Amino acid sequence: MDDLYRAIADPTRRAFLDDLIERDGQSLFELCRRLTMKHGIGSSRQAISQRLEVLQSASLVMARREGRYKFHWFNENH
Amino acid sequence: MRITQSSVPVDDQEKALRFYTETLGFQKKHDIPMGEHRWITVVSPEDPDGTELCLEPDEHPAVKPFKSALVKDGIPFTSFAVRDIAAEHQRLKSLGVRFTQPSIDYGTITAAVFDDTCGNLIQITQGSMES
Repeated sequence: MDDLYRAIADPTRRAFLDDLIERDGQSLFELCRRLTMKHGIGSSRQAISQRLEVLQSASLVMARREGRYKFHWFNENH
Repeated sequence: MRITQSSVPVDDQEKALRFYTETLGFQKKHDIPMGEHRWITVVSPEDPDGTELCLEPDEHPAVKPFKSALVKDGIPFTSFAVRDIAAEHQRLKSLGVRFTQPSIDYGTITAAVFDDTCGNLIQITQGSMES
């Protein structure tokens, strides 16, 4: 539960969840682009990866490889 | 100084030539034998004297890991401009092109990303970036 509250305490991480609810199955590139263009948040790709890892460890986001691609999904069963 | 040529690293030049001409609709401009490979460039039929795109062999050992890492994260190698992205997205999808990102409106531009079957993702955009 601590992980969950920590994960959603950050507005950037909440923006990810909003974006994944809008369109599930996004690449890291698409998530970064949406963050910059729609939310005006200009984080580095590395910082964004770290934030995604926090969401994944709280089981809010799942990352899945599909062949050579990797997509991110909102975990509805959380 | 002008930019007259750009390139994409492709895993198979013959396959790339087919995809970039028959599927994307570019025209072959140069095709010159160069040892075991060829110097192949394509141009847009809308701008046949414009920038040439070289379909370059990706045989250097550093290139394949670099390309794989970009593809995994969904990052396009390069970007082309289209007039009607919705129509182009539909046209390419009907030809079996795999999109990793559908057409998304970001306000100033609309962009989509597809797989060129030669180890790269390519972005197409409509909007202020190409005007």
